[in-house]
Amino acid sequence: MSEHHEYHDPANVTNPEHAEHHIVTPLQYSFVFLTLLVFTGVTVGAAYVELGVLNPIIALAIASFKAVVVILFFMHVKYQSRLIKITVGAGFFTFLALVTMTLLDYISRAWGLW
Amino acid sequence: MHEDHHEVLPQHLHHFATEEQQRETGTFGMWLFLLTEIMFFGGLFFAYLLFRNWYYDAFVAASNQLSIPLGAFNTVMLISSGFCMAVGVWAAEVRKQSLLVIMLILTTFFGLVFIGVKYVEYKEKWELHHIPGAHFDVSQFENPAAYGLKEKPLAPDMAEKTQVFFFLYFAMTGMHALHMIIGVGLLVWLILRARRGAFSSGYVAPIENFGLYWHFVDIVWLFLFPLLYLINRHPLH
Repeated sequence: MSEHHEYHDPANVTNPEHAEHHIVTPLQYSFVFLTLLVFTGVTVGAAYVELGVLNPIIALAIASFKAVVVILFFMHVKYQSRLIKITVGAGFFTFLALVTMTLLDYISRAWGLW
Repeated sequence: MHEDHHEVLPQHLHHFATEEQQRETGTFGMWLFLLTEIMFFGGLFFAYLLFRNWYYDAFVAASNQLSIPLGAFNTVMLISSGFCMAVGVWAAEVRKQSLLVIMLILTTFFGLVFIGVKYVEYKEKWELHHIPGAHFDVSQFENPAAYGLKEKPLAPDMAEKTQVFFFLYFAMTGMHALHMIIGVGLLVWLILRARRGAFSSGYVAPIENFGLYWHFVDIVWLFLFPLLYLINRHPLH
């Protein structure tokens, strides 16, 4: 155990990136739960209103908002270290970059048909 | 300050400097796995985006065959399941063994209801011959009035393209349901271990990391529901 004392670092000096472990309370989870239910209702309601091109945009915006809420609170990313935050952000960014590039390829190959 | 003895828990492996580092390493690894899952489902989402642009009328007609009430009900089931899972993680953190077990059981219950509703939806598609392949029936899309549907009739070539929608519908919801079934299997294993007190003495990593998986599966559905059920509706229906 003596080796262990060398590593023990209560002031978090050697690795300041480590976030303090944070416990989210059930009350906070209840607010998240309520938010998700409300926005599920909103997105279902919006589907029955004719909004043209805005229908898919609103539906995806609400879905993205719900996903961010789940990621930040249910998945604790809000309380994680920067390493985890950047990892998660990089994953979604890479996905969007790949979608954009593939879509550009399809659109430019059938120019005028879209 | 040499006497401030660091509490070493039995799960703390010696190659990690601190308990926090060990925890973060596990979280990091779990997220890397989830990023591969984003790419996996992402391919299907991209296919949906592309084919919806190509065969828009077929996607509208086919999408209107899905039941919004069932889809919305299942969304609520999944959100409830995710909420119970989140409270379960909290229960493990504060070492409440019986609450953890109850929450894991509720998580499983809502997950099973979701899969049950999915079965009902699939069965209806089977009976209508709306499963892509040799027995696919386009008549509802070519002549909707004969079936009492207020839908625009599709030309035969476009009506065939409804198979593309249903192929993606079954591929996406099927892969999602497979993830749910795997999740329920893992939940049963976690419940058995939680009942023996495996996660109520400070060792919460399996619960936390399973929680990340379960919430990820939730998020996939949060996008599947609007894309497959909602965005092609029009108020006439």
